[in-house]
Amino acid sequence: MKNKFLAGPYLIWMALFTIIPLVIVLYFALTDSVTGRFTLANLAAMKDYLPIFLRSIWLAAISSVICLILGYPVAWCIAQTGPKVQRFLYMLVMLPMCISFLLRTLAWVAMLEDTGIINSLIGRIGIGPLPLIRTNGAVILGMVYNYLPYMIMPLYTVIIKIDPRLVEAAQDLGCDHAQVFGKVTLPLSVPGIVSGITMVFVPAVSTFYISQKLGSSGTTLIGDVIESQFKTAYNPNLGAAMSLVLMILIFICIGLMNRFTGDDDEVMTL
Amino acid sequence: MRKVSKIITVIIFIFLYIPMIILAVASFNKGSDISVFNGFTFGQYKALFEDNVLLPLLLNSVIVAIVSSLLSTALGTAAAMGIHRMGRRARRLAMGVTNIPLTNPEIVTGVSLALLFAFFGTMLKIKNVLGFVTLLIAHITFNLPYVILSVMPKLRQMDPNLTEAAMDLGCTPIKAFFKVVIHEIMPGIISGALMAFTMSLDDFVISYFVYGPTFVTLPVEIYNYTKKPLHPKIYALFTLLFIVILLVMVLMNVLQARDAKQRREIAPLRKKVRQ
Amino acid sequence: MSKELIRLVDCCMAYDGEQVLDNLNLYINDSEFLTLLGPSGCGKTTTLRIIGGFQKPTSGTVLFNGVRINDVPPHKRHINTVFQRYALFPHLDVYDNIAFGLRIAKLSETEISSRVGEMLKTIGLVGFEERKVSSLSGGQMQRVAIARALVNRPNVLLLDEPLGALDLRLRKDMQVELKRIQQQMGITFVYVTHDQEEALTMSDTVVVMDKGVIQQIGTPEDIYNEPKNAFVADFIGESNIIEGVMLQDRLVELFGRKFPCVDSGFAPREPVDVVIRPEDVDIVPADSGHLCGTVTGITFKGVHYDIIVDFSGFKWLIQTTDFHPVGSYIGIRLGPEDIHIMKKSKYSGMFGDYSSYSAEYDEIGDSELEPAESEEAPGYEE
Repeated sequence: MKNKFLAGPYLIWMALFTIIPLVIVLYFALTDSVTGRFTLANLAAMKDYLPIFLRSIWLAAISSVICLILGYPVAWCIAQTGPKVQRFLYMLVMLPMCISFLLRTLAWVAMLEDTGIINSLIGRIGIGPLPLIRTNGAVILGMVYNYLPYMIMPLYTVIIKIDPRLVEAAQDLGCDHAQVFGKVTLPLSVPGIVSGITMVFVPAVSTFYISQKLGSSGTTLIGDVIESQFKTAYNPNLGAAMSLVLMILIFICIGLMNRFTGDDDEVMTL
Repeated sequence: MRKVSKIITVIIFIFLYIPMIILAVASFNKGSDISVFNGFTFGQYKALFEDNVLLPLLLNSVIVAIVSSLLSTALGTAAAMGIHRMGRRARRLAMGVTNIPLTNPEIVTGVSLALLFAFFGTMLKIKNVLGFVTLLIAHITFNLPYVILSVMPKLRQMDPNLTEAAMDLGCTPIKAFFKVVIHEIMPGIISGALMAFTMSLDDFVISYFVYGPTFVTLPVEIYNYTKKPLHPKIYALFTLLFIVILLVMVLMNVLQARDAKQRREIAPLRKKVRQ
Repeated sequence: MSKELIRLVDCCMAYDGEQVLDNLNLYINDSEFLTLLGPSGCGKTTTLRIIGGFQKPTSGTVLFNGVRINDVPPHKRHINTVFQRYALFPHLDVYDNIAFGLRIAKLSETEISSRVGEMLKTIGLVGFEERKVSSLSGGQMQRVAIARALVNRPNVLLLDEPLGALDLRLRKDMQVELKRIQQQMGITFVYVTHDQEEALTMSDTVVVMDKGVIQQIGTPEDIYNEPKNAFVADFIGESNIIEGVMLQDRLVELFGRKFPCVDSGFAPREPVDVVIRPEDVDIVPADSGHLCGTVTGITFKGVHYDIIVDFSGFKWLIQTTDFHPVGSYIGIRLGPEDIHIMKKSKYSGMFGDYSSYSAEYDEIGDSELEPAESEEAPGYEE
């Protein structure tokens, strides 16, 4: 069958617009912005940004864990309902993602501002304005809010596929509810957990809008720095170097995560 | 444990919809400050329909979303067919390439495409390389993997003999695709196309790096807006959009439920003789 | 018989360096019912797919009416196929499924309607026109698949394990029905199965295959009564295969004892394989038997008992209607007609001893296809 040549145009497209751009990123990262000559200065400059890298990873990791803790019960609850309700609840999880995340983040700004909804409510009962916005907590809240559906979806997909007979078998062999969960349900959800964490961590670690709106100059993330290199400071070579490091970091993280699930290259199927 | 997770679930659903409620309330607000309610009005909706900035931008977004989702669906479906037929090693490689835009952070994809376009812009001496075409290329690129990932499972589920059965009965390979295969994988194609459409409509990060002043989409403009105060008619626009999307989703849900029910119950009763 | 229709000449097939067909030579006559029989992986389905045009042999020639058709695509061959799991089009109803090929051939709707109606009558599914194929039972789907192929009036119908998914009762009914349809329409059937009983029941000619090589071609009676080697003897029916020495024409030595037989044409003192069918053995009291042994196992099979008898270390399967308890010492007698002599082959010594026999013996070998994998990415509509 010559059908496999149908993938030709696609592969050419991906080579042109995915692989070559990454090569160009590499090229920019290794050249000087003024002279265009080969240099390692951009990569060497990364050490000044180490605290920002660490902060990005730290905040994204915390958000991923919170998403997992909050998302698992939700995914599990949805999976327990009847098929009609299931479909409806799944839709409810997806629905917020169809609305511009910029605006949804702005709504959180309105909630958390010093003169915002929460502060004006608690102001009425005499509690002074709390510093809610421009904190690490606000940034984490923004990440959790925006990326929680990405955690729930893969968890749900994995949980509904767990054969109910396995749960019955475990009960039959003497497990109580907690043991069934710990010994059967949870281990079988690992692929969903891994894919959920990846799907939350990657966008969270590279975000720039959430930290701009909900954070302060003290919560600058690596995404903000990259964005500014392209849009305001205009040093694309430094920005490319950062992108390169960020990308490598993420590939290492994903590689480590996939160790847990064995060699399954289609875990990342949303 | 069951009870605790139920309570968490309810709280999470409320949490997910708080911003939607705030946006909806703000769209009826007389004042322009989103956090202070100054009284009820339909004024924002009126302003929205008389507006000549937002709606054209929305139209731009819709145009990019439609064109890019159609093109990526066609290209992606063909690719999925091809990948499906590949040998083990070639398929692994192709799926690896497909996973790159999915696992790469959006900002890296955006930056890399921006650099590519800048690079070719200087090489080919085009002055303002960024515009509709670059935006469209970027959108097709990040849509393709979603189409492939939703079509591939349908191809895998399909009885491989169906194509052969069609050819056995006289179809050329192309005819076999349009008469048989496409019907089988249609749900995957549709959900891939829908996913591509919504991804593209709502995309901000990648668009932000590859848009040009000649062609701006709504999310990009909202971002540029938020550096100055936002006009509340945007809230009105998104409340309307939210309602439209809600209705479409509910409708799809009902149709699906009815379809599933029909297949279970009615099919065995149909014994009418064809005249 | 009638004229030759299809001929495969020196056909070889290899996937990734693995030889699936090894210099296959086969001809198929017009209007015959030919069965390719063998265990899974023997190359029978590959042979069928080569005839259907779904695969090209790595080397060799495929002739149809004397014309080379190696490069003719399936849609240009006057051959239709009934696929393993039917491969009915799920988006079409029964009528449209059957009419599919006729519509591709652009026949008029009145012509299509009359031919489909005729076909529905043949398969006994009048009144099912508008049924969704997913609502049909296995047997009904099977009939639709056959109708969908036959309505095109092909010269040859290829059937790839068409009854594999049906239960035993339905399978037997369908065997009779298939044979009836074949005789009524006078079409050449090429049938693939791993079920020896099916092959013997329906075929005019049986082709036994193993490891890409044809082991024997013949009528069902030939194959059963005169197996060419230990593989065929073991695969078709139950058989005890014993090492023997041909002393002269019509005289063979077994267990150190001379037996008259009906075979000839071997070299003097040539070592041979001897087949004795379990149902051919006569049980007699120990003192009047040619050979004597101890019963080590007995299984009730309904019509008869399967008993395992140990003749000084070599265990035989014998079928008898009389009950012989475990431990009893019995004798057997063998007539010249009960002894079948085969030349030694690479299969010698691999089959025929019933030491490991158990009641489930029959079911081992039958490998069913795994159900299709069903991974699903959650789409937006799910």
